[in-house]
Amino acid sequence: MEITLTHYLVLSTVLFAIGLIGVMRRKNLLMLFFATEILLNSVNIALVAISHFYGDFTGQMFAFFIIAIAASEVAVGLGLLVLWFKRYNTIDLDNMTSMKG
Amino acid sequence: MEMYLYIALFAPLVGSLTAGLFGAQKKTMFTGLFASGMLFASFVSSLLLLIQVIQGNTYHVEMMTWIATGDLYVPFGFVVNQVTVTMMMVVTTVSTVVHVYSIGYMDHDKAFNRFFAYLSAFVFSMMVLVMSDNLLGLFIGWEGVGVCSWLLIGFWYHKESATWAANEAFIMNRIADLAMLVGIFIIYWNLGTLQYDGIFAVIGGLDHTITVTAAAFLFVGAMGKSAQFPLHTWLADAMEGPTPVSALIHAATMVTAGVYLVVRMNPMYDIVPEVGIVIASLGAFVAMFAASMALVNRDMKRIIAYSTLSQLGYMFVAAGLGAYWVALFHLMAHAFFKALLFLGAGNVMHAMSDELDPFKMGGLKKTMKGTWIMMTLASVALAGIFPFAGFFSKDLILEVAFVEHHYILYTVLLVTAGLTAFYSFRLAALIFHGEERYKLFGFHPHEAYKYMLVAMSPLLVLAIIAGFLFKGTYFEMVTQMLPSLEYHVHNHLVYWIMTIGTQVFVIAAIVYAYKKYDDAKIDKKVEEGFFYQLLFNQYYIPKIYDEVFAKPYAELSKMMWKVDNTVVDATVDGIANVFYGTAKNTHTMQDGNLSSMLKWMVIGLVALLVSAAVFIGVVTNADAIMKLLGH
Repeated sequence: MEITLTHYLVLSTVLFAIGLIGVMRRKNLLMLFFATEILLNSVNIALVAISHFYGDFTGQMFAFFIIAIAASEVAVGLGLLVLWFKRYNTIDLDNMTSMKG
Repeated sequence: MEMYLYIALFAPLVGSLTAGLFGAQKKTMFTGLFASGMLFASFVSSLLLLIQVIQGNTYHVEMMTWIATGDLYVPFGFVVNQVTVTMMMVVTTVSTVVHVYSIGYMDHDKAFNRFFAYLSAFVFSMMVLVMSDNLLGLFIGWEGVGVCSWLLIGFWYHKESATWAANEAFIMNRIADLAMLVGIFIIYWNLGTLQYDGIFAVIGGLDHTITVTAAAFLFVGAMGKSAQFPLHTWLADAMEGPTPVSALIHAATMVTAGVYLVVRMNPMYDIVPEVGIVIASLGAFVAMFAASMALVNRDMKRIIAYSTLSQLGYMFVAAGLGAYWVALFHLMAHAFFKALLFLGAGNVMHAMSDELDPFKMGGLKKTMKGTWIMMTLASVALAGIFPFAGFFSKDLILEVAFVEHHYILYTVLLVTAGLTAFYSFRLAALIFHGEERYKLFGFHPHEAYKYMLVAMSPLLVLAIIAGFLFKGTYFEMVTQMLPSLEYHVHNHLVYWIMTIGTQVFVIAAIVYAYKKYDDAKIDKKVEEGFFYQLLFNQYYIPKIYDEVFAKPYAELSKMMWKVDNTVVDATVDGIANVFYGTAKNTHTMQDGNLSSMLKWMVIGLVALLVSAAVFIGVVTNADAIMKLLGH
């Protein structure tokens, strides 16, 4: 069976759904980061697949951008996470309620 | 020479802005002197221009483009010709005198600086009105003098009557200005230009009905500014303003702008004699109507204001009958002696602690000799006794009416001349002669500052000599532009009977006034009579206006206020309340928990995606959906 664009897109959608559920359900900050990584990478898959399909490299370049930005974002995020853990000894989301509207 | 044109025009503006800088501060003598100096500079420039114009030179400058869009081209253009230079001389002369006089008159006023800012601004607007080379520029000046008039009538704004009078004047003028704008629009629409030269070049080819309409609408504008019936009530109430303002704006210059407009547009009014007859008839009516109200009034300034109205009527008679140069001549002579009369009244008011009722004065000639002489001579000039200015200009109007065979107008004007003499000297007799009644009321009158009297003296000289000295030169100059119709009664006997008869009639009226009011006895029987009451209440016209226009309008406004409250406000409030309510019910979403907020974010995302999908679906399948709906 040949792997077509549709397969990639289905994979991307499934990953995105998993990431989205993770974002909503996870109560652990670290797990939340993982979920966002899944979200970002699902989009990367879609971009690269569509780029290949059209023979246009723009999508792939975009994917590289996303990877680079995601890496720096995680670096900052993890730094903050470590700091938070040192101060409060927990990374449970339900304890982070200081930003009330 | 063009430099003098700009000095004449802009010097008052410089004075006004400089005085305005110190407007909120305490009295500084500098502002008064500076503004007066600027006015004097303007006067001197006008004089130099006048000499040039008499020698036959006229000037037309385009300072810059103002409006240039499509076919519409209106520049800031100014013109000095025989007619405008006459007005410029009148305006700058009277306003220079009034400025110097005001330094004394406003001596004790807290808002001394503000007063000069307004007064000079008025002169600037008036100069724009006079000198502009197109109708739109005239309109700007027209509105400018309206605003300054409003500011100055309501100068003492802590008095409710003053603010009321200011608003009345402004609103009445606005009604008339609407008509004037319509007139200007009609001219532009049909002729495609607003420049006087352009209009006059093609006005002859215009359809007669359209010319009549335009002329009539422009005249309605003139009626408002010149306070002609039925828009006359504001002028008497405008006397709430400081007296120098009454002298400058509400006697000598602004109110004559209407006459000036008709004179300036003379090629247009020449084509439509039927409108001219209406103007002349209205003028004659107002002359008598206003004079009759002046007969019984008990307010010094109002009497002079009615007299102004009456004289404006005379001017309109001349202008309406095509004797434009006569109208302009009377405008000039009237400006001098009427301003003098007002300034004299200002001296009396100063002396009597702002008392206006002449029945409470009497015998003031002893303490106020200078003012007495000036006001008496001004009244003589107003009454038209030989050889004062009024004789030459007013008798000329009578002659015009006679020569043009308008005998009804002639009779009305002749009777009015008698009335004029009577009320002028009734006032003079009550103020300056007879017993010193003011002692009963505890007044301590004193003569005005000497320099105020000196400032007034040029007007006195002009009121005496303007007639016989200037008439020849003036006629030669101004008829290069205006129709040079000479009005002569051909039969010598008739001429002498007319002239001497008028003089005798007027003198008889003066003598009668002196006799009757020397002792200021009040005849109770006459006073309770119907006619006296009718005149005293100004024909009940202010009351009628109040009942017919003001009160229903107030009722309507109240009703609309309720509509506004229940419909407009309610709608706006309702919309705001929806947002308030939504916020109140949904603010729990932001509970600070990252996890739940992320959930809301996802829900929002999904909602946006779904709506985008639905939208795209509907757009791409629009035809199919329409078919399904049965179209």
